[in-house]
Amino acid sequence: MIRSTHLPLLVTLATFILAYALCVYAYPSMLSTRVVANLLTDNAFLGIAAVGMTFVILSGGIDLSIGSVIAFTGVFLAVILRDTSVHPLIAFMLVLTITTAFGAAMGGLIHYLEMPPFIVTLAGMFLARGAAYVLSTESVPITHEFYDVLQGLYWKAPSGGRFRLIGGVMVLTFLVGVLVAHRTRFGQNVYALGGGGQTAKLMGSPIASTTVGIYAISGGLAGLAGIVFSLYTSAGYSLATVGVELDAIAAVVIGGTLLTGGYGYVAGTFFGILIMGLIQTYIVFDGTLSSWWTKIVIGGLLFAFIVLQKGLTWATQARRRAATGFADPS
Amino acid sequence: MPGPKHSVLKRIMPQLLILAAALALNVLVFPDFFDIDFRNGRLFGSLIDVLNRGAPVAILCIGMTLVIATRGIDLSVGAVMAIAGATSAAVVTDGHGWGTALLAGLCAGALCGLWNGVLVAVLKIQPIVATLVLMVAGRGVAQLITEGKILTFSNEGLIHLGAGTIAGVPTPILIWMALGALVILVVRRTALGMLIESIGINERSSRLAGINSRVLLVCVYLVSGLCAALAGVIVAADIKGADANNAGLWLELDAILAVVIGGNSLLGGRFSILASLLGALIIQSVNSVILLSGMPPEFNLVIKALLILAILVIQSPRITYLMYMLRASGPQPQPDTDPLSNSPKEEAR
Amino acid sequence: MTHNTGPVLHAKGISKFFPGTIALDDVELRLESGEVHALLGENGAGKSTLIKCLTGAYQRDGGTIRLDGQEVAPHSTAESQKLGIGTVYQEVNLLPNLTVAENLYLGRQPMRWGLVARRKMNAMARESLAGYGLDIDPAEPLTTYSVAIQQVVAVARAVEMSGKVLILDEPTASLDRDEVQLLFSVIRQLRERGLAVVFITHFLDQVFEISDRATILRNGRVVGTRVLADVTQKDVVTLMLGRQLEAQVHERKAAAAGGTLIEVEGLGKRGMLEPISLALREGEVVGLAGLLGSGRTETANLIFGAVQADQGRILLRGKEISVSNPREAVSHRFALCPEDRKTEGIVGDLSVRDNIILARQAAQGWMRPIPRAEVNEIAERYVKALDIRLASLDMPIRLLSGGNQQKALLARWLATNPDFLILDEPTRGIDVGAHAEIVALIEQLRADGMALLVASSELEELVAYSTRVVVLRDRRAVRELSGDLITPQNIVHAITEDDALPGEVA
Repeated sequence: MIRSTHLPLLVTLATFILAYALCVYAYPSMLSTRVVANLLTDNAFLGIAAVGMTFVILSGGIDLSIGSVIAFTGVFLAVILRDTSVHPLIAFMLVLTITTAFGAAMGGLIHYLEMPPFIVTLAGMFLARGAAYVLSTESVPITHEFYDVLQGLYWKAPSGGRFRLIGGVMVLTFLVGVLVAHRTRFGQNVYALGGGGQTAKLMGSPIASTTVGIYAISGGLAGLAGIVFSLYTSAGYSLATVGVELDAIAAVVIGGTLLTGGYGYVAGTFFGILIMGLIQTYIVFDGTLSSWWTKIVIGGLLFAFIVLQKGLTWATQARRRAATGFADPS
Repeated sequence: MPGPKHSVLKRIMPQLLILAAALALNVLVFPDFFDIDFRNGRLFGSLIDVLNRGAPVAILCIGMTLVIATRGIDLSVGAVMAIAGATSAAVVTDGHGWGTALLAGLCAGALCGLWNGVLVAVLKIQPIVATLVLMVAGRGVAQLITEGKILTFSNEGLIHLGAGTIAGVPTPILIWMALGALVILVVRRTALGMLIESIGINERSSRLAGINSRVLLVCVYLVSGLCAALAGVIVAADIKGADANNAGLWLELDAILAVVIGGNSLLGGRFSILASLLGALIIQSVNSVILLSGMPPEFNLVIKALLILAILVIQSPRITYLMYMLRASGPQPQPDTDPLSNSPKEEAR
Repeated sequence: MTHNTGPVLHAKGISKFFPGTIALDDVELRLESGEVHALLGENGAGKSTLIKCLTGAYQRDGGTIRLDGQEVAPHSTAESQKLGIGTVYQEVNLLPNLTVAENLYLGRQPMRWGLVARRKMNAMARESLAGYGLDIDPAEPLTTYSVAIQQVVAVARAVEMSGKVLILDEPTASLDRDEVQLLFSVIRQLRERGLAVVFITHFLDQVFEISDRATILRNGRVVGTRVLADVTQKDVVTLMLGRQLEAQVHERKAAAAGGTLIEVEGLGKRGMLEPISLALREGEVVGLAGLLGSGRTETANLIFGAVQADQGRILLRGKEISVSNPREAVSHRFALCPEDRKTEGIVGDLSVRDNIILARQAAQGWMRPIPRAEVNEIAERYVKALDIRLASLDMPIRLLSGGNQQKALLARWLATNPDFLILDEPTRGIDVGAHAEIVALIEQLRADGMALLVASSELEELVAYSTRVVVLRDRRAVRELSGDLITPQNIVHAITEDDALPGEVA
């Protein structure tokens, strides 16, 4: 059954299908498993981070720190693998613990100090980026046989596309994300928080633990995205992934999630990521279009979706007004 | 506040003290910090460098202060800088004069500001969301103008804006000081400042008092766009070229930081442009300490983060409330945090 | 009072203090099982504070709460829910972004294999709501349904989670007649089941229709608990408004009014106010009487353009004018001191001086600042004339007491030299001294030839200064009194719709 709250998700899905159809119309060779596989591989780290961002935005917050956390994770892994003989798996555990705790700390500040998430995570952004710089200002290559093993893992589709591990990790993250958002109490509490913090509190929803949990997830997933990014680039560089938070926010919004919180779907973000990846792929295929069109088109999409959501909100309010006969007090 | 002199002084005292401390640190690591030479018709010295390098953020934070005073935020200023720089560069390489180029850059900035203002004031989109659009797309637009290249130019007039001097003083210093003085004068000598504060504190009351909040909001974003454009032209002029990728990158965050260090609340209301300008100088002085001390520049961000955290804690409503409770025995304090008003309808988001 | 069938809930000696005010003073409330108990009182009487103390939203400063004989001290709404006290608020306190079932089961979802069993949850919700006579799809978003249905969902949630005491805080404020009946049938069912229901509303008809007993609060004290079958609406209103409504003869000022200034013709807004017509002459005070929610504030807001009317017109000195926003109203020399000082009146962090000058400055435009000397002169003049007590004109207005804030707001509007001044509850929540001064000021402004429209719940006050009184009820003007007919009794008669007003002029 189609419900009005599904509309943004459907629009996203339709946009993706339309965009892909246009791409294939222009370049029939884009209809191949190779393109799809690359789409997943190239956007793996962004997708994973965007899952965390979806939770944050669903709760009505924002997390500006994820790009820095990804860079920090990469540098941390590179340095620790270079300077010590720790096994990468242990390093992964370590860095995930750090980034999750980092996110949780930001969540705690946001909840207990009642400060806007924007400014708290801005501090987190500087702190994580600074920590990455302090570890190393140069790009540190990662050469570990375990990395080679992980990078060598792929499933080759009949027509030649290589579905690599990191793409799989992203898809898995999305599946878990969907499950957590829609089928757990925590997920329901995230929506409740986004629907109205005061009301959620009156309904007995645990605001404090939810807020801390949301930013912990975002931090932890940024850490996972960092691991994936280090697998993708085989290096840790403190200047990498600058502005990834913006891409993640854009993907979430294009995925149909309301930036003011409360409405949206994790699955939508997946298609948001794919749409953005598709734009880039198209520009590569075209060859004559310049890369900056990516930003402009994404900005345009962002605007279109924000206006669409605003329109939907108005429509809902108008319907409620009609239903209650009462005016919006504002 | 066009109040008595001492009240202005009192307002900016914390910023002055922090600035003094930052400058003292500079002297500590570099004893010749305050030395100023006059060579080849130009002033040289570390202090001059701080004032000069701080110009873009100082100019940005003038507009940003006004935006934040209305409970808004403008994330797009970095991208607008790039657009304006690119526009000016494109116009000047087309063979027009520097005046035309500057005007074109400012017009581009005004358009961007107008766009933000309309989204915020007319379509009622949250400022952070509304300005995000231009933040994402703006740099692409700038690259569109420069066609992806770093657009270099050699027009003396335009370069003078960023790298030249007037009476020995680098032009950017004069520009930001003059602009700051002008805006402070306009805002405080007219009723503009009070009306902006009124909107930021309580838009509903302001509207009921007959204030045209919609037009004022658009104007405020317009000013922010203009400031960003000016900063963008100066930065382009300084490097004799428009770099659409890197011009003004992340400067929106520095500008917001300057406003916050200036003691202006992100929740809108009373503002002081002078304090924001001092905030911009503080940021630049800290940068300077790190540079002069030979400390690795990578500590810069960590220190900035710690600065924000400290300010966060000081500004936190929770802490303010605790402080109030500690001093609750004072005469007739009727706090805004009156628990009687904690009705569920207060959850306006 | 027998001890074997004690009350479900017995709150005794409840006190609550806020800085500068006593919100509750030794309040007692007894709830029997299977009764609907109305809690009555005008704004600020302490109803919502009492509710918040019962539900743990506030911590009481004194007194005991016994639930089934056990003393309880809930520290949060969640805790009181667990104990058995559920609450439903005026604005539906559910989440608009969730489905009906999600709202119903937030925090206690049925689980299977560690995951929320959505299908089961929806089935449970459907079954639960069917018990209240609702046949709706619980998988739909809450906002698909009308406010009445949302209220029933909120009631269902509260009852399922709590089950002993249900507090309904103005649940009918935004419902129409049919919807109210839907809710009442649910309440009756709950009464049968043995719940104790606390019902808070401003609609006396509804109180008498559904409630068994009523406790009336005034100024933080209980003024009486009555079995409603034994009393009339008039008795209750008398208790609420706290006046011995004896006949008083007021010196009627000779209606020495000038020409007609404002004519309001059929002004209304659907669902908010039935079309209302009234005319004011210069030098006239028209009072707006009625209980809270009767349309007093709505009338004021519509005339001032704070809310846009969808029908009717306004004439100024015989010419039709457009008043679609406050700015236009101000340009026609209208002024409005709103009821909610804090969110609609003062600009808290601005200085008293700026607050006083605000409307006049806004009217002049920012380009033409009022010279500093003139600002000071105006501010000082009004501070003196209205006897505003403050340490300095530079202090933020939020630091002033309620009465002084109110005077400063009056000063703000007087500084615009209005022809027509609307005052909405000008004396609410201010001390006795300031009260008298404001009443005197109204009198004086009238004598100076201004037209005033004053909405107030203080009947004596209205009687004292009004040349005419328009009585509102159920968002409709029901009667206009003038001359010697303006007495507290007649107003109460009109409010409670007792027919046969003695000596009524048709």
